[in-house]
Amino acid sequence: MELLAQQLITGIATGGIYACMALAVVMIYQAIHHLNFAQGEMAMFSTFIAWQMLAWGVPYWLVIPLTVVVSFAGGVAIERLVIRPLGDAPVLSHIVVFIGLFAIINSLAGFIWDFTIKPFPSPFGEGSQFGGLISNHQIGMIAVTMTVLVMLFLFFQYTRVGLAMRAAAENPASARLVGIRVGWMIALGWGMAAAIGAVAGILIAPIVFLEPNMMLSILLYGFAGAVLGGLTSPTGAVFGGFMVGIIENLAGTYIPEIGGELKLPIALFLIVTVLVFKPTGLFGRTVVQRV
Amino acid sequence: MSANTTTTADGQAPAKQGVSLPQPAAATSNAKIMRTAGVILLAIGIAAPFLSGNFLIFQLTMMMIYAIAILGLNILTGINGQFSLGHGAFYAVGAYTAAIMMDQFGIGYLWTLPVAGIICFVVGFLFGLPALRLEGVYLALATFALAVVTPQLFKLSPFEHWTSGVMGIVISKPDAPFGLPLNPDQWLYFLTFAIGLLAYVCARNLVGSRTGRALMAIRDNPIAAGSMGVNTPLFKSLAFGVSALYTGVAGALGAIVVQYISPDSFTFTLSVALVVGLVVGGVGWLPGALFGGAFIMFVPNIAEELSKGLSGAVYGLIMILMMYAIPTGLGGLLKAALTALSKRSMNR
Amino acid sequence: MSKLLEVTGLHASYGDFRVLHGLDFSVEKGGISTLLGANGAGKTTTLRALCGMIKRSGTIRYDGNDIGSKATEEIVRMGVAHVPEGRGTFTGLTTEENLECGAMTRSSRAEIARDMEQVYHWFPRLRERRAQQAGTLSGGEQQMLAIARALMLRPRLMLLDEPSFGLAPMIVQEMFSILRKVNEEEDVAMLIVEQNAGVVLELADTAFVLETGGIVMSGTAAEIRDNETIRAAYLGY
Repeated sequence: MELLAQQLITGIATGGIYACMALAVVMIYQAIHHLNFAQGEMAMFSTFIAWQMLAWGVPYWLVIPLTVVVSFAGGVAIERLVIRPLGDAPVLSHIVVFIGLFAIINSLAGFIWDFTIKPFPSPFGEGSQFGGLISNHQIGMIAVTMTVLVMLFLFFQYTRVGLAMRAAAENPASARLVGIRVGWMIALGWGMAAAIGAVAGILIAPIVFLEPNMMLSILLYGFAGAVLGGLTSPTGAVFGGFMVGIIENLAGTYIPEIGGELKLPIALFLIVTVLVFKPTGLFGRTVVQRV
Repeated sequence: MSANTTTTADGQAPAKQGVSLPQPAAATSNAKIMRTAGVILLAIGIAAPFLSGNFLIFQLTMMMIYAIAILGLNILTGINGQFSLGHGAFYAVGAYTAAIMMDQFGIGYLWTLPVAGIICFVVGFLFGLPALRLEGVYLALATFALAVVTPQLFKLSPFEHWTSGVMGIVISKPDAPFGLPLNPDQWLYFLTFAIGLLAYVCARNLVGSRTGRALMAIRDNPIAAGSMGVNTPLFKSLAFGVSALYTGVAGALGAIVVQYISPDSFTFTLSVALVVGLVVGGVGWLPGALFGGAFIMFVPNIAEELSKGLSGAVYGLIMILMMYAIPTGLGGLLKAALTALSKRSMNR
Repeated sequence: MSKLLEVTGLHASYGDFRVLHGLDFSVEKGGISTLLGANGAGKTTTLRALCGMIKRSGTIRYDGNDIGSKATEEIVRMGVAHVPEGRGTFTGLTTEENLECGAMTRSSRAEIARDMEQVYHWFPRLRERRAQQAGTLSGGEQQMLAIARALMLRPRLMLLDEPSFGLAPMIVQEMFSILRKVNEEEDVAMLIVEQNAGVVLELADTAFVLETGGIVMSGTAAEIRDNETIRAAYLGY
């Protein structure tokens, strides 16, 4: 029973990270109808920036907001400089550009900080609560991701900019007709996605350790979460992310055949199964296609 | 109007990226140019291994192997309009088939190629069945997951007896048969060259056949194709199978040429490279596969020459710039050039 | 009266295909002009060209400024509200959120709240549906929502694309009476594109008849309405 509780908590804690990544992916998908395959690398780079600031002796409480701001600016810059000039180029051109971005960011991180694995301190310190049931870092992860998600929800539901972003994502032509600057809403979406990714990266780094390839599998779980909830539904993506975290941990613990080595294939299995049986995800909307 | 905008954004058919055939009026002169170019390429291809060192021969062989794999991907994406970011998986299945047959059963390397092809056809066909329900970005997503997971699958302990796990399998390089005066590198070059040529001819015939037309009809308008009596599910799965067959044969050749395989030879970088090669060469233009193969074989080396530490960044930058400069790949560029050329000659 | 919108030599094309061949027309300050014509005459294209939704050339003067090269959102920000063909509802947002979107370019929350009350007063059905997803509204309700959303901009000029399309005659009458009220009480000028010439000619003061991308006839609405030949040849009623 205690094992179950422990695994559930671990699942929720890592699920929060997946939820953040899934949300970042969905935000960009809604804005430009493409999947950002470089989302994980962007988050990884943000985490390295945080690590560098820590190494310079900047206190942790300042590192996180600084990293978020820098990442936001970076996300906006990538949209303006790299994605925007593509316009409505075909899907495959976008994919290649995302792959190019992936290679550039990964290589830059390796060049600046090299490819050795680095420990990343938790902002919440070592130690655990409730007789070792839950570590301080897990409590922090859950608290921070929940705060981020609630804040985002409030932002989209109750602010005018949030409403403008939703309108721009849903119907760009109509959004222009009410005077919304759709191009900037898309850039804003990229900035926010990058910032969310930065938070996810900083929170997961103490667990997976810091290195340029750390986010690839995390992104895959994020994709799985996004697909499970539906690529068109931010709420669904968040829910999907948590589900994936829980499924991953419970399956890894209770199905001996899966153990540690099949954890990643679970993501593939989930993605394919969901897409085949319910392509719109649990919360997604069906888009009617014209001939 | 809202419905219109969503569909254009979502239902962006990959067909738009395809390089359609030149206009009939210009076709004869274009065909002549293409044929001449083909003959020159053939001559260079036969002469090359006698003029270059063993390492360059090895690189050229790998280039052609990638070209075969990209040709397979082109049948799937360019001709049938389905995406795959996970063709590295089929390449890996082909490679493991060859390696296990040679390592465990001592079967001759030539026999491994058709077996790898058949196995990959079956695997591809089966993967194509669930993929039937997926379109566009969803298929890209599912195959991306396949690409990331592939090395993990080959590391699994139940298969360790066959795959040797992370250790990988070492294969010895075959000598030229019949006492041909060729060193092993030259021999493998010509073997790959011949298979590549055969693969290309088969692909061309496939595209020109009824099956090919059905595949293209599905790409351009799946619903209309279905209502005209094309068995869409069957043809789409078939396209996946044939595509995987090509890539699997390439994988088997690759294993023989490199003489070593391990799960980490087939990371998602490989899958992604094949897609890059496809797009750079020109989606839907079969000869583009060769240029795509050259791109993914040599451009990373060039990037490394330019900057050792930042080679990945340079490679990525080249990719992105290519997409800005020639979004339809070399095939699209060539088509535009030929059209301009024939327009000018017609005006005269 | 002076002109609010003055268009001369308007050309527009979809890709290589030219659709409009040099249109001249205008809307008076506080006036109502209508563009009449059959399907495919280029009415919708004209409105889209005015708003910069497609490539166009020629001079478009709005309130003394040349808006011929401005982006859609900038033109909207100058007080031009376009009620597009097909209504352009944000189907995933609620009715009230749609209306808030309409006021996106304005800053005074108090005024927005007041205007919201005003449109609810004009369109009581929308008040009943305020928390409902706009995609679930009926066609007539969505058309009302589209007009209400445009009014939330506090526009000086409204471009209406076939407001009567697909609506029952009763609802058409109701809607046009609201448009008249808006025009008279709020001094909003309008350019209305219609196939339903009979109704719109009652409302408009000036009419332009469009055929295959060119204006073939113009005059006061009364002249056009009373001319049997024009009615028979172009308007089909």
